[in-house]
Amino acid sequence: MSKLEEIKEQLKNYDGEDLRFMEVCGTHTAAISENGIPNLLSPKIHLISGPGCPVCVTVTAVIDKLTELSLTENTTVLTFGDLIRVKGSKMSLADARAAGGSVEMLYSPMDAVKMAKNNPDRNYVFAAIGFETTTPVYAMVLENAIEADVHNLKLLTSLKTMPEVIRWVCKNTNNVDGFIAPGHVSVITGSDLFKELSEETGLPFAVAGFEGAGLLTAIYALVKMKGHSGIKNLYKSAVSEKGNEEAAKAIDKFFEPCDASWRGMGMIPGSGMRLKAEYAEYDAGSYGLDEDHMPPGCSCSRVLTGEISPDECPLFGKKCTPEDAHGACMVSTEGSCYNYYVSGRKKR
Amino acid sequence: MKVTMAHGSGGASTSELIENIFAKHFKNEYLDRMEDSAVVPGSERLAVTTDSFVVTPYFFPGGDIGRLSVCGTVNDLLMSGAKPKYITCGCILEEGMDLDDLDKIIESMAATAKEAGVTVVTGDTKVVEKRGDFGGIMINTSGVGFMPEGIALSPAGCKDGDALIVSGNLGDHHAAILSGRMNIKNNIQSDNAPLTEMVSGLIEQHIDVHAMRDVTRGGLGTVLHEFAGASDCEIHLYQDKLPVSPEVRDFCKMLGLDPVYMGNEGKMICVVNGKNADKALSIIRASKYGEQAAIIGEVKKSDNNGVILHTAIGGERLIGPLYGEGLPRIC
Repeated sequence: MSKLEEIKEQLKNYDGEDLRFMEVCGTHTAAISENGIPNLLSPKIHLISGPGCPVCVTVTAVIDKLTELSLTENTTVLTFGDLIRVKGSKMSLADARAAGGSVEMLYSPMDAVKMAKNNPDRNYVFAAIGFETTTPVYAMVLENAIEADVHNLKLLTSLKTMPEVIRWVCKNTNNVDGFIAPGHVSVITGSDLFKELSEETGLPFAVAGFEGAGLLTAIYALVKMKGHSGIKNLYKSAVSEKGNEEAAKAIDKFFEPCDASWRGMGMIPGSGMRLKAEYAEYDAGSYGLDEDHMPPGCSCSRVLTGEISPDECPLFGKKCTPEDAHGACMVSTEGSCYNYYVSGRKKR
Repeated sequence: MKVTMAHGSGGASTSELIENIFAKHFKNEYLDRMEDSAVVPGSERLAVTTDSFVVTPYFFPGGDIGRLSVCGTVNDLLMSGAKPKYITCGCILEEGMDLDDLDKIIESMAATAKEAGVTVVTGDTKVVEKRGDFGGIMINTSGVGFMPEGIALSPAGCKDGDALIVSGNLGDHHAAILSGRMNIKNNIQSDNAPLTEMVSGLIEQHIDVHAMRDVTRGGLGTVLHEFAGASDCEIHLYQDKLPVSPEVRDFCKMLGLDPVYMGNEGKMICVVNGKNADKALSIIRASKYGEQAAIIGEVKKSDNNGVILHTAIGGERLIGPLYGEGLPRIC
């Protein structure tokens, strides 16, 4: 029997106490569904999705600001795909576009600089949403804009970082037995980031890539480490202990840590990044965008922290579907609700 | 030379445009009469379809909007089991479009029509003012096909024990267009192609085909979801049997796209009586554009209709229709 088959058998037949592991990264949430992993596990092993989908944790004040900017004369909002359909307190960027707003979807971040350079009389605002993974990309955009002497491109930032929100989850919920640590974030930060968290919380962390076999191996490592702190890096091909120092340098040049407001969780100290004061001219008004507005009945906050399973939300699959999403978790392809819905996952 | 508003005036410039480009390439006994409508021989049962094409850029790796506009309509006729005979060509041109580009597009359309075995019997051209986001040209094609006796295909026709055959690699067209838009350099080519040869092969050799559909926007997942609902059955798909080229697989991985939901323009999914599966597969594989065909799953009678994907590592998940726009992920 191959090593993988052995792991599969052990995970399927596990009969100890109930275990709850949180995958923090939205791409892991998607990969778990895509690979059909839940039904390869014993009913006593539960996977819960954490607050690691960038679009899902963006508060409505940010969306509102973006829609307002898109409807401002001579201003275009640039964004990556998923964000377009997320509702603010009144409308989404897609609604704003239909109402005459100027919203462009970017495929490549560097197109932002090109567009601004080619249309010097128009103002461009790039919706800079994301975690440690995406922040270096925005740093690169700024680097290029400065080099090209472009001054009509600004960022509206809602940038988040992982460690504080994981700490928050551990403090505020009492139901996680281990973490599948975010693979992409770890590429940038290095696996050392989770060492401290593991010691502090007494919980195991397994850094995993995005293939089915890698995820199963990570889950198996967590089962083995249950009840103890410890870190297992199963994504060594891409993740080193210290991370990508170039990316860290690029982030440090333009951004500094700040408190950040998370959808459904509120303000978490030290959990975000903002532009440094010397680059204030590139900020499109990101300060103070903390308000969050949940539609009635929406349980995003409890879903994002793993307190309930997506299908336990009363709106799930009824009033809230990918075609008519009430909460961001149902919009993003990395959202837990979206993934439960499209792949037919259910609470076990 | 560029397209001007005069080319749409209905006067001398219009005639010149039609003569120098459309009539030159499409030349045939029905079109050459240049009458208000084409009068053509018919058949007792006809299949009729129409489709519009707005792709940008209009030249893309492996094809162009002209070839695409023939393939789309011809393939729609074929999927009903019809033998495609005639198509029409309605072009809306944007002022400022390059006339050499138009010539290449119409030349490509004529060559594809010839390959697909259809005649372009009538056409129309209009010119609209330059508006920037139009993309130069939009084409509408309508098609007419003759229905062979005894053929009646329907998404509701899937039966217990049927086999699912896909005619080749998934996602090529979608990945090629997206690569172009995202300025990603790779060797991925669109698969836009008329499926005439493989479909005629199946019908002429009396394969018991129950349902067919070309796998276009929405991808295989959306088509099969519809089949399962219409036929009230369970469709089982095997991930490790789905044909996807290594380039497209890597491309999808990089952008977080799922080949099951990627569009093609020269692939079909074909549901046949399980007893005919091997013969049908060899007919498709022997035909032009069918070399990579594969049996990818089967139909089972069940109280729960739906599509179940058996993943490569042994897991299972449901396959619903495509939701949203099939966009790349944010991180």
